[in-house]
Amino acid sequence: MPGDETSSCWSCGTMRAVHFCSACGKVQPPVPVDYFTFFGFPQKLNLDTAALEKEFYALSRRLHPDISAQAESQEREWSLQQSSLLNDAYRTLKDPIKRTEYLLRLEGVELEEQSKEATEKARTTGELKKQVVPPDLLEEVFELNMHLEELRTQKKMGEDDPALLEEIGKAKLSLEEKHDALLAELKSDWDKWDKAVNGGAEQERLKVRDHMVDVLNRRNYVQNLVRDVNEALEG
Amino acid sequence: MASDQIVGIDLGTTNSLVAYMQGETPAVIPGEDGLNLVPSVVALDEKNRIIVGNAARKYLIETPERAVYSVKRLMGRGVEDIQEELKFFPFRLADDIQPGEVLRIKVGERTYTPPELSGYVLRQLKRNAERFFGGPVTKAVITVPAYFNDAQRQATKDAGRIAGLDVLRLVNEPTAASLAYGLDKKKNGIVAVYDLGGGTFDISILKLHDGIFEVIATNGDTHLGGDDIDNLLITIALDDIQGDLKLDVRRNGEAVARIRKAVIEAKIALSSEPSVKLDVELPGGQSYQREITRDAFEQLIEPVVQRTVAPTKQALKDAGLKPEQIDEVVLVGGSTRIPKVRQLVEDLFGRTPHTDLNPDEVVALGAAVQAHILGGGSEITKEMLLLDVTPLSLGIEVAGGVTDKIILRNSTVPASATQHYTTQVDGQTNVAIHVLQGERELARDCRSLARFDLKGVPPMPAGLPRIEVKFLIDANGILQVSAREQRSGKEAQIEVQPSYGLTDEQVESMLLESYDYAEEDFRQRQVIEARRESETILAALAKGKRNEAWRALTSDERRRIETLEKALVAVKDGDDYQAIRKGIDVLNEATMSLAEMMMDTAVSTALKGKTMDDTDLGEGPQAGHPVAKAEFE
Repeated sequence: MPGDETSSCWSCGTMRAVHFCSACGKVQPPVPVDYFTFFGFPQKLNLDTAALEKEFYALSRRLHPDISAQAESQEREWSLQQSSLLNDAYRTLKDPIKRTEYLLRLEGVELEEQSKEATEKARTTGELKKQVVPPDLLEEVFELNMHLEELRTQKKMGEDDPALLEEIGKAKLSLEEKHDALLAELKSDWDKWDKAVNGGAEQERLKVRDHMVDVLNRRNYVQNLVRDVNEALEG
Repeated sequence: MASDQIVGIDLGTTNSLVAYMQGETPAVIPGEDGLNLVPSVVALDEKNRIIVGNAARKYLIETPERAVYSVKRLMGRGVEDIQEELKFFPFRLADDIQPGEVLRIKVGERTYTPPELSGYVLRQLKRNAERFFGGPVTKAVITVPAYFNDAQRQATKDAGRIAGLDVLRLVNEPTAASLAYGLDKKKNGIVAVYDLGGGTFDISILKLHDGIFEVIATNGDTHLGGDDIDNLLITIALDDIQGDLKLDVRRNGEAVARIRKAVIEAKIALSSEPSVKLDVELPGGQSYQREITRDAFEQLIEPVVQRTVAPTKQALKDAGLKPEQIDEVVLVGGSTRIPKVRQLVEDLFGRTPHTDLNPDEVVALGAAVQAHILGGGSEITKEMLLLDVTPLSLGIEVAGGVTDKIILRNSTVPASATQHYTTQVDGQTNVAIHVLQGERELARDCRSLARFDLKGVPPMPAGLPRIEVKFLIDANGILQVSAREQRSGKEAQIEVQPSYGLTDEQVESMLLESYDYAEEDFRQRQVIEARRESETILAALAKGKRNEAWRALTSDERRRIETLEKALVAVKDGDDYQAIRKGIDVLNEATMSLAEMMMDTAVSTALKGKTMDDTDLGEGPQAGHPVAKAEFE
């Protein structure tokens, strides 16, 4: 639970919790903490999302600007900062992928930029995007891209080739299966990570970390391919 | 009634309302005319005085160049955004508006910005509330379409300030509606609010959980509503008139205004009738008639109604929900009275929507609830908390004209995010920050919110500076951006001044203009209304004297009443509000027994009824105002 900070409340002087004073309830100036600490959770990847939501609602009732709407401007400013931090933390932690990426970033790892913006940017600027095709996917991706290109051309001409659509559909299905498999792999990594954190197994922790980076990059790559396929089919 | 009452305002495209918490229930405050809805119409009368609301409507027809409606469509927009609008709305723009500049609308010989015109509507609502409470009202919660962008929100806030209101919070309309919906139902579940108003469409999906109203996703179209249906009907009428009567009245403001009025009435009637007859008298004596069946009407509006489908599906997708997972669908906005719209909603969600709330009033009632929460709340609202989201992604332009999204749509607000950038050229000392809002990949397809320069970056090789851009969206959905070069500590902070907005100085001067008169206005209004009340009670008393009951009074009583009557006559035409008020009160009290005796007779209503119900001023709602009750099940 948040509440280990040993300093006193600006308003009543009593010892305060991290976000608000446990005695008088006043919102406190934000202190720089990571999202896990903000919620009072350990830096683990298996997270009880029901408990997270409960804590989010409870903290919202303390920190939201609506609560301090009648307060002095300094207190309202703190409330704005604290509740934006709360919302950012909640948004990040409740999503398993974002949570993993965030934790890896806390570990100093830079993930490959796979976002749509990055792809678009690379396309417009002609820069090479830092993106490595996973070797086992090389052949499949090459073929898929050819099919997609063909589909786009056909769509422009107003043609329709059921055989091509079937090919693409099959490729999409296979990608989705891969995506699910990678997610399962990631989940087992979470267990390993949490165990390593519990047992203080530093070597093991670093090994799992690097493995997660690899799995995440592959998973993001596959997800983007699925997105491209969907767009080509719809567009 | 305490004068620090915070009111809730629904500033609508077609109608506006002001509401407050009457004990445990939100209630709409009626205008002097006893009506809850104040048409969002602003006009100049013969003496160049600003007229707002029902009284302004006649000018739409008589002197259309001196009246405006649907100004909300212009809020926070530039001249290049509204070309489509100009085809259908008789907005007369000032001639010299540059792209990127705030719009100015001609009304008669004068020009006004959209926030000023909306400010007049707000000021009217403020007055209605002041009249109701008998004291100044300075704080308000104002609702905006959930899908309003930053510029449109800023413009609304400016309008509030111009009207002399401290806008404590902008609340999204569908979210406000959900507050009114959920107030007396301690229900948990997923609710979809489908809000089709006069000019805007919103769809919001909320999770209600022990008093927390958490918006999960929102979507919409800020230029879609009943206005579009009216315009379709007007176009048909104009074509008919040209074809059948060989008359081109497109440029005739009065004719178009008459047609508009007639088609709106026809549209409303078609919600309950299978067919209506349109009959418009045109200037010049000819008349235009046409029968419209509901079938034909529904076919005609199908494309407009269909435009709500994609945003609704997107909101469901963003929420990660299937239609069958929605526990209740709430309808908001006048256009949801149209059976075709209800049918569409039913088809979309596979369930009958909840229609018990008055779709015209529910947003204002919800705003009153939120105002109450912000004011500290009470037993009924103390567990209630609204968690809203930003409807559109926010980002900045990066090399290649690409949008780099920093905060994604549907993020709970307040929200913040930090992103790091660097320079492209060696020795670059200025970095241009271009703030964007929207979902598109390329900067040019997004809404440009603001541009600013981070100046004075120490010259460094390209790629070395580390520029941190921080976005913070507050609970109103309004963005603040700051940028900092971390190696040098150089900082640039801006409150995003939207490209089509007013500067603080402009708002300040408009505000002062209206303030100069505000105090005086309020005082004069009090006097005028007290005078009117005196006349009503004096007239009632004159009637009472002819009643048998008068003879039944003792001569002392009669003498006392007549003395007080003379005293009131003596002060009522003066400017001393307190004196008139006192005169009314003592006479009211002295005639109490007379009124009671007259209870059995038909005349009694003249004295008791009138003085009690119609002409109150300066007392709280317990004095029997015609207060609209919230309609809940």
